[in-house]
Amino acid sequence: MTVDVLIIGAGIIGSAVAEACARRGLCVQVLEAGIPAAGTTAAGMGHLVVLDDNPAELALSRDGLARWQARQHALPSQAEYRACGTLWLARDDEEMAEAERKQILLRQHGLDSQLLTADELRRCEPALVNGLAGALRRPDEAVLYPPVASRWLLSQAEALGAVLLRNAEVNCVNDEGEVSLSDGRTLRAANIIVAAGNQSTRLVPGLPLKPRKGQLLITERYPATVHHQLVELGYIRSAHTNDGDSVAFNVQPRATGQLLIGSSRQYNDLDSGLNWPLLQRMLARACEYLPGLLALQALRSWTGFRPATPDKLPLLGRVPGCQRLWLATGHEGLGITTALASGELLADLLCNTRPSLDPHPYDPARFDTWTAATPIQAVEAATC
Amino acid sequence: MSDLHTEIAIVGAGPAGLAAALAVCEHGRAACLIDDNPKPGGQIWRAGLTAGSRSATNREAWLTNPAIPAELTARLARVEGLRVLPAARVVATQNAGSLLLEDASQARYLHYQKLIVASGARELLLPFPGWTLPGVTGAGGLQALVKQGLDVSGKRIVLAGSGPLLLASAATLRAAGAQVLLIAEQAASRQLAGFVWSLRHWPAKLAQAARLRWALRGVPYRAGSHVLAALGKERLQSVRLQQGQHVRELACDWLGVGFGLVPNTELLQALGCALQDGSAKVDALLQCSQPNVFAVGEACGIGGVDKALLEGRMAGLAAAGQVEAAQALIPARAHQLRFAAQLAHHFSLDPAIRQLADAQTLVCRCEDVRHGDLLAYNNWREAKLQTRCGMGACQGRICGAACATLYGWPVTGSRPPIQPTRLGSLLQLETTEAPSS
Repeated sequence: MTVDVLIIGAGIIGSAVAEACARRGLCVQVLEAGIPAAGTTAAGMGHLVVLDDNPAELALSRDGLARWQARQHALPSQAEYRACGTLWLARDDEEMAEAERKQILLRQHGLDSQLLTADELRRCEPALVNGLAGALRRPDEAVLYPPVASRWLLSQAEALGAVLLRNAEVNCVNDEGEVSLSDGRTLRAANIIVAAGNQSTRLVPGLPLKPRKGQLLITERYPATVHHQLVELGYIRSAHTNDGDSVAFNVQPRATGQLLIGSSRQYNDLDSGLNWPLLQRMLARACEYLPGLLALQALRSWTGFRPATPDKLPLLGRVPGCQRLWLATGHEGLGITTALASGELLADLLCNTRPSLDPHPYDPARFDTWTAATPIQAVEAATC
Repeated sequence: MSDLHTEIAIVGAGPAGLAAALAVCEHGRAACLIDDNPKPGGQIWRAGLTAGSRSATNREAWLTNPAIPAELTARLARVEGLRVLPAARVVATQNAGSLLLEDASQARYLHYQKLIVASGARELLLPFPGWTLPGVTGAGGLQALVKQGLDVSGKRIVLAGSGPLLLASAATLRAAGAQVLLIAEQAASRQLAGFVWSLRHWPAKLAQAARLRWALRGVPYRAGSHVLAALGKERLQSVRLQQGQHVRELACDWLGVGFGLVPNTELLQALGCALQDGSAKVDALLQCSQPNVFAVGEACGIGGVDKALLEGRMAGLAAAGQVEAAQALIPARAHQLRFAAQLAHHFSLDPAIRQLADAQTLVCRCEDVRHGDLLAYNNWREAKLQTRCGMGACQGRICGAACATLYGWPVTGSRPPIQPTRLGSLLQLETTEAPSS
């Protein structure tokens, strides 16, 4: 049997693409080598946030957030969706000016936000250190628990007829619509979508994708002392540097009463073990903003790898030069927020319908490396 | 806070750790002995309330624990080069050759050249309907509570589960004035008879078993009997038991249930030491797969106090450079390992024990995950991600072993810190470099 769409990877991106395709009546198969939603999806914070470093990032994250908001009531309670809002924290006048700039930009895109003075911020989040200049509050942003949300999306797709194939480790793919599995089977599909996160580079050589390591730590349960997702305005600087290790204050109150503490970014460290000096830097940063953290019990810490492209925008569209081979990966740290937007966009492209967002900024062909290489021959030569 | 340095670090001051410390120090080497309890002795020689000052930092006062054989205490009191760190926990192993320790007031690094892990074991607690009711506890757990002052005099107590620990607990409870109504051993009488027969090769253990049985004369000890449910509204009122073909209910005040022991391997895993069948994989001289790390006692396989003492001594000798003396003990250890194999064989769990939980029975108490929630999954990682099973305060220490027994899931992916740790402790930076060894 030839299916319409064969999706490689059952993380949140693959699941969202599967659900969007299944909803359009396509016959969908999802391949998972390990455990659904156990890769980058399971490692992240699950902060649904609009980032505005560039118009394309803003458009995709705004659309993604709106789609989660629209479906929040359909999510199972274990997905722990909470519209706690985000506070972008300003330490000084310079960062306060950044908050004002951000507010104007967001307003231009129809997004509501409020500037908080130092006093208002203290009343709103008394656990924060004294002396902050203020904050920008984005009231409608939310948090969720990604593994459950991701698995829910996949089960929605399954209810619409999509089929999940477990233990399906893919050896290679080609533009003839063929997928070879490590157990010797060959599957065929009208279209193949590689949504395998960092693993995608194994299937599509030359992909401009690098793992960007992150570390998180979660505390034991406590009575709520933090009410919003708290992020320092300097976060953008950390998230958008292209080299070097960086940390930024980013704390999330979980529905359980736990605090999830981030964040760090590292290239060139492929070891999944904790980098202790960097963890200490990250925690020290967190304690600068929330001094009360020092006395809390740390329960668990872990690492994960964001699939990052050079311009921090995802790869959504055909592999350059290919007809049947598509990409849905490279979401860096925004994959949870933008999963639903990415799924819709890719499904529209697949069905030849006009997407609601301009797809060009996410088109994999935007990278020069692709035109120089002849990817599909490379795929066949390298892997089949 | 300045870092500590030692030649040989020993984690755990139960029989294995104490024997290791003695062997190290009697051969002129320096050791640092760390234990998370205020007093030495581990679980088996747990100190009672009367055992001297609980905040003792000087070694002699710390050693005061009548549960520990007097000769061992006396020799430990005499040696030089032994430093003790009571009520301290190993929380992280950031770099090879150093441990991050935390106690009530501070966190600091301990740098070592060799490490002996004598981390002991915990009880295997398996879910059954009602097991989370107040009044239901582990069999060893109840024994520990009594040693720490719980008054059980005149209380009606049922012990159930498997293994010799049930008898030891019963003896403690009886000595404390409790009325032990029944010891329900899940192993069949045929298995028990086989075990007792095998004890002829270990006369000391046979004598010990006979002494225990004498102390427990009049207490019914039923083989082929297991708990079905703990009953009660707010608190335990009675227990329902399977006895052969019959089901009976017994009114009681406390129910202690333990299905055997599970090695504590969290530290070993954090160090990257290989495990085999749930315990540390060691060579003939107790060396782990990581260099300069030894595992002794229950941590490298459940086998009781004699095995623990011997292995502690062997690893202590080996770490102190007395390799020949350690090698000389290999045959004696083989004898103890045969005993361990007898234990595992004769007290193996009846498959019915794996079927006790119903859909509503909690499996993960920290995160309120029920047996019925877990049936949709076929591996620990996925179940954990989707249900939060094992993500709570105990980090799967209890439910991980339960899931391994009930569902056959190997428990994977333990994550730092080794135990819940103050954030401030993790911020502790090493103040000196580890000496190169």
